[in-house]
Amino acid sequence: LSRDRLDDDAWEEIEETLLMADVGLESTNRIVERLRERVKVLGTRTAEELRGLLSEELTAALDPSFDRALNATGDGERPAVLLVVGVNGAGKTTTCGKIARVLIADGHSVVLGAADTFRAAAADQLETWGKRVGSTVVRGPEGGDPASVAFDAVKTGTEQGADSVLVDTAGRLQNKTGLMDELGKVKRVIEKQGPVAETLLIIDATTGQNGLEQARVFTEVCQVTGVVLTKLDGTAKGGIVIAVQQTLGVPVKLIGLGEGPDDLAPFDVQQFVDALLDDSRSVGGLKRLAGDRAGGPAPRREHEHGGTARRYRAP
Amino acid sequence: MFDSLSERLSGIFNSLRGKGRLSEADIDATAREIRMALLEADVALPVVKSFIHNVKERCRGAEVSKALNPGQQVIKIVNEELITILGGEARRLSFAKNPPTVIMLAGLQGAGKTTLAGKLAKWLKDQNHQPMLVAADLQRPNAVQQLQVLGERAGVEVYAPEPGSGVGDPVKVAKESLAHATRHARDIVIIDTAGRLGVDEEMMAQAAAIRDATNPDETLFVIDAMIGQDAVATAEAFRDGVGISGVVLSKLDGDARGGAALSVRQVTGQPIMFASIGEKLEDFDVFYPERMASRILGM
Ligand SMILES: Nc1nc2c(ncn2[C@@H]2O[C@H](COP(=O)(O)OP(=O)(O)OP(=O)(O)O)[C@@H](O)[C@H]2O)c(=O)[nH]1
Ligand SMILES: Nc1nc2c(ncn2[C@@H]2O[C@H](COP(=O)(O)OP(=O)(O)OP(=O)(O)O)[C@@H](O)[C@H]2O)c(=O)[nH]1
Ligand SMILES: [K+]
Ligand SMILES: [Mg+2]
Ligand SMILES: [Mg+2]
Repeated sequence: LSRDRLDDDAWEEIEETLLMADVGLESTNRIVERLRERVKVLGTRTAEELRGLLSEELTAALDPSFDRALNATGDGERPAVLLVVGVNGAGKTTTCGKIARVLIADGHSVVLGAADTFRAAAADQLETWGKRVGSTVVRGPEGGDPASVAFDAVKTGTEQGADSVLVDTAGRLQNKTGLMDELGKVKRVIEKQGPVAETLLIIDATTGQNGLEQARVFTEVCQVTGVVLTKLDGTAKGGIVIAVQQTLGVPVKLIGLGEGPDDLAPFDVQQFVDALLDDSRSVGGLKRLAGDRAGGPAPRREHEHGGTARRYRAP
Repeated sequence: MFDSLSERLSGIFNSLRGKGRLSEADIDATAREIRMALLEADVALPVVKSFIHNVKERCRGAEVSKALNPGQQVIKIVNEELITILGGEARRLSFAKNPPTVIMLAGLQGAGKTTLAGKLAKWLKDQNHQPMLVAADLQRPNAVQQLQVLGERAGVEVYAPEPGSGVGDPVKVAKESLAHATRHARDIVIIDTAGRLGVDEEMMAQAAAIRDATNPDETLFVIDAMIGQDAVATAEAFRDGVGISGVVLSKLDGDARGGAALSVRQVTGQPIMFASIGEKLEDFDVFYPERMASRILGM
């Protein structure tokens, strides 16, 4: 199918692939610019070779050598504290449950802190996850101070000698300064007992260009150390994380591939790039890939059965 | 964060202010700027393309060449075209001749359906209706409790015969809610459903089954204003899988430009009826196409 010459159509196709994946104009232009230079130097002639180069460029943009290990278990003295933040409905509470699942499957003990005291039944939701995966949940009064729930969760974790404390926070849009200040306070109050090991920003893969602004503001307010890109089991490609990593230096560490406890996987640059470039990718392509890699297709819905957390291993 | 479209276009038009007909090169340059503005606002690429096509046609016409300030004229055209698409035939909720009126909510995970259910219930109650909420998301952990809390805040009954969190048949609950509503003289039934992906065939079939069992007067598609290019695929999937009669744009209190509004309007052909603008029950309004057009253009 490859053409002899790289015509405008071939370049337009490249640009469209990137734009349709939410990579964004600026990153797209930067990538296409670099491609054009390389094509000149290498004398690339076919559209197929061009796609190959594009794959290389995307991979380079995401820098596979980036450290994506999750700092999730303590030093033996204190538990590792993970703060989970993001805009409304991104998947924070679910991701807390999934990470706890993985850690517990690996023999660690986990305390979940329900520092979303605002949204209706948010603490109940986390408690259901706690039961599902077998971890203690610390919660406070509805409408109470989220910072003090977070503080209590860390304290409980320390007293119980837990390996990890995962603090779930309320969803907040980054342009709400009052809520962002509240989040800053949650973090500072936790830090009275010691440093936060990871601050994970949850980004929904369907998010468009606003994702970069989310990352910028949340990083400013609470020094995000990693992104979890959720809902990659749909048709969205999540290309905004390229700009997030390139602009802010914050890497994606984990991906969400469904609503079940085992639908979490480490972020794999090559897999992500392949899926981004695969126009024909349909139903849960990444989910299938993740399953394949672990030696078999992933079951479609895994809400109620208790498989092991086979796709992701805590470091 | 973004330059507004007028700033972008002023560069092009400074040189030809009042000079009459635009050259093809001017039109192309203009189209490029508009394309950029729309893409940065997350309007889906196929929608951008057809939009640009229409605008270019109009730019070649007499209204621009006769204008004293062609730049302002182009912006006016862009704005008008946006409002036309976003507005369409604006309409109110349709009510059933024989109550209860059934309003079914559908959308992706986390879009804002349950919150909207509470908001709609309160809004309708304030208009002297007797709405009832139906807990037909039996999947997401504690979705039933979430709806119950919201119902209590709105002062509206919540029909929740099943505990949810994986237990209960949502189709059965939705179906039986209608008889319950009739018995208790509720004139509107608002059905909250689980979030689902367009590609999840099993879950889309479930949504269709809920629809078939309740024959909704309105099926409202709730979509997050932060969504990017996936808006098209998702809107198509819900249009084809469930059928959409109206759209609700959520989280418009954020700073996303909300270009998805354009995509979804174009794809579904159905009106955007409401805007969700916060987490509280009263953070809810009808949709204003003019405001949305300005927002998308950053003006
Ligand atoms: N398909 C899919 N759904 C997901 C994924 N992660 C979370 N969800 C769903 O997305 C919805 C929102 O998830 P939550 O975990 O409640 O999100 P949250 O960020 O805690 O939401 P708030 O606390 O309300 O801001 C739920 O229906 C989850 O089941 C994922 O990776 N894939
Ligand atoms: N800022 C803001 N938050 C909103 C708005 N609408 C809903 N939310 C929040 O978004 C999150 C998800 O809302 P839900 O109503 O639970 O969404 P859902 O579509 O029912 O989610 P699932 O049932 O998990 O699919 C919650 O934190 C809500 O408080 C809105 O208009 N603005
Ligand atoms: K969302
Ligand atoms: Mg939550
Ligand atoms: Mg819901």
